[in-house]
Amino acid sequence: MREHPARERAALLLLLAAAALLPFLATALGSPATVPLASRIVIYGIAAASLNLILGHGGLVSFGHAAFYGLGGYTVGILYAHLAPGDPFLGLIPGSNQLAVTLPAALLVGGLGAAAIGALSLRTSGVQFIMITLAFAQMLYFLFASLSAYGGDDGLSVRRPNLLGPLNLRDPATMYWVALGALALWLAFQRRLVRSRFGRVLEGIRQNEARVVASGIRPYPYKLAAFVIAGMGAALAGALMVNAMRFVSPDMLHWTKSGELMVMVILGGIGTLLGPVLGALALVVLETGLTALTENWQVVLGPILVVVVLFSQGGLAALFRRRPASDAPGAAGGRLPRLLSWRRRHG
Amino acid sequence: MALLLEQLLNGLQLGVMLFLLAAGLTLVFGIMGVINLAQGSLYMVGAFAGAALAARTGSATLSLLGGIAAAAAVGMAMELAVLRRLYRRGHLDQVLATFGMILFLNQAMTMLAGRQPLFVAVPPALEGAVEIIPGVPYPVYRLAIIAVGILVAAGLWLLIQRTRLGMLVRAGATNREMVRALGVDIRLLYTLVFGLGALLAGLAGVMAGPVFSVQVGMGEQILITTFVVVVIGGIGSVRGAFAGAMLVGLVDTLLRAFLPDLLRGAIGGPDADALAGGLASMGIYLLMAIVLLVRPRGLFPAHA
Repeated sequence: MREHPARERAALLLLLAAAALLPFLATALGSPATVPLASRIVIYGIAAASLNLILGHGGLVSFGHAAFYGLGGYTVGILYAHLAPGDPFLGLIPGSNQLAVTLPAALLVGGLGAAAIGALSLRTSGVQFIMITLAFAQMLYFLFASLSAYGGDDGLSVRRPNLLGPLNLRDPATMYWVALGALALWLAFQRRLVRSRFGRVLEGIRQNEARVVASGIRPYPYKLAAFVIAGMGAALAGALMVNAMRFVSPDMLHWTKSGELMVMVILGGIGTLLGPVLGALALVVLETGLTALTENWQVVLGPILVVVVLFSQGGLAALFRRRPASDAPGAAGGRLPRLLSWRRRHG
Repeated sequence: MALLLEQLLNGLQLGVMLFLLAAGLTLVFGIMGVINLAQGSLYMVGAFAGAALAARTGSATLSLLGGIAAAAAVGMAMELAVLRRLYRRGHLDQVLATFGMILFLNQAMTMLAGRQPLFVAVPPALEGAVEIIPGVPYPVYRLAIIAVGILVAAGLWLLIQRTRLGMLVRAGATNREMVRALGVDIRLLYTLVFGLGALLAGLAGVMAGPVFSVQVGMGEQILITTFVVVVIGGIGSVRGAFAGAMLVGLVDTLLRAFLPDLLRGAIGGPDADALAGGLASMGIYLLMAIVLLVRPRGLFPAHA
């Protein structure tokens, strides 16, 4: 699809190297608060990128992605909570604070959750799919909000971040590099995935499911696999976020979080590799910047969002890409509607 | 027995409130194909306008009319400014744009009215309680809500089944393109239907004032429940919205009322209450998941 994969890869590596220098720059400029902020952006980038796999490449509008983000977070939180008292979770699973244990555990839990929710939700499509994913995420939200053993509504604090070999994750710069590494690995994985046969089929389902069926491929297993992979990506982000914030609460699963993740994908550029990361950057910076200006920042953010949706030309990622010779003539709303021409008005 | 009756009525009351919101949502979706997340915000606007007018003037009638008018006005403005541009777009754009409007309206309302919840007094004419069966008193106000809800449902049924406007609405839900091709001013119809939906949401908001506290965020809480109602009933179907609203209202209320006792018997301890609260909140989502799995298009699909 893109003409110069080699050049693109070089650009990505350069970008990654530049991003890795950020903590030094922050120290030099005397603004250490930038580093935790950058960690948040990077981690949200992973979550948004994983959502983009189903939203952008698979055409599955999931409104419950925060569920898997929260599941990953709670995996880290609950394993930590069982470490000090020494009583195993459910009497079976001992607590842990080793990132090498908690991260795979989070991926597993996120994947299992996504497999269960996806297997049921993918029986529907269109609006019903949006609503049922939302409903499942809300179910998990209320479940965690009612688990008083793990803090209920108030959430659970993780007093020390997980251990990872000799690395000290309490140090913001180390945390940032670990998160950045995870983002790089995830993007590399997703890039391969999208270009593989699997990715082509997914793209085909987005564009025209009936044709995929007609060419002898059952879409359901592909959609489910994509849904599970995306859920694991979100769980990875959630697990890292809990380490960075040292706190997990039901807010991680709230439906507004799912909405924010969708906003990041759209703001940055749906169906592009770096778009979701740019979107995460834009949203976090916008939020931080507007909060500094006025406590009522949402009054500004809301209309910005509406304007972006109404008039966007493929998100921020489109700014960095050379435009094709001409956009579809007379297409109302420009590039975005065309990119998303798979959408039909009826579910 | 008395408790059960009381809770059944509470469920009915929640059901009619949900119906008022769901009717607008399902009509807007059925006819225009738009998912409007901001329907809950219209409910909030109605509630705040009603509460402010009740506090200033002390008149329940003015509060009711003002609340409804405010919600309808905000709703029509929303349609003209934003939603009109979204009819031809995909669901994703609709979800995001209306999500943006929620952020805006919530924060704007916080700036106008503050974060403190407002409390609205029950109108004097509807104070007190009556004994529905001997020994079981029930608040008159809540009975009035149920009555209004059922009247509105009947009125809506008449409007849709027996008038020219209703005929266009039904035709629009079945085949929009054909209605347009036959020369109906579809834009006017859209704005009217949207205004009607907003008006009903405002009515629910005003009536909710004395029962729940009026605060920012009240809209989203009920919005998601309303979605459950609409999806269970079948998107686009007013009949389905009514059935779904009653079902969800009753299930939610009964679970909240009786699940804690059941769980306390089973596991005991203070954890039982918290867990029962969580499970009761999950109940309607579970109901929706089951309905969708058995009938993916809802109980009364509009486009059958």
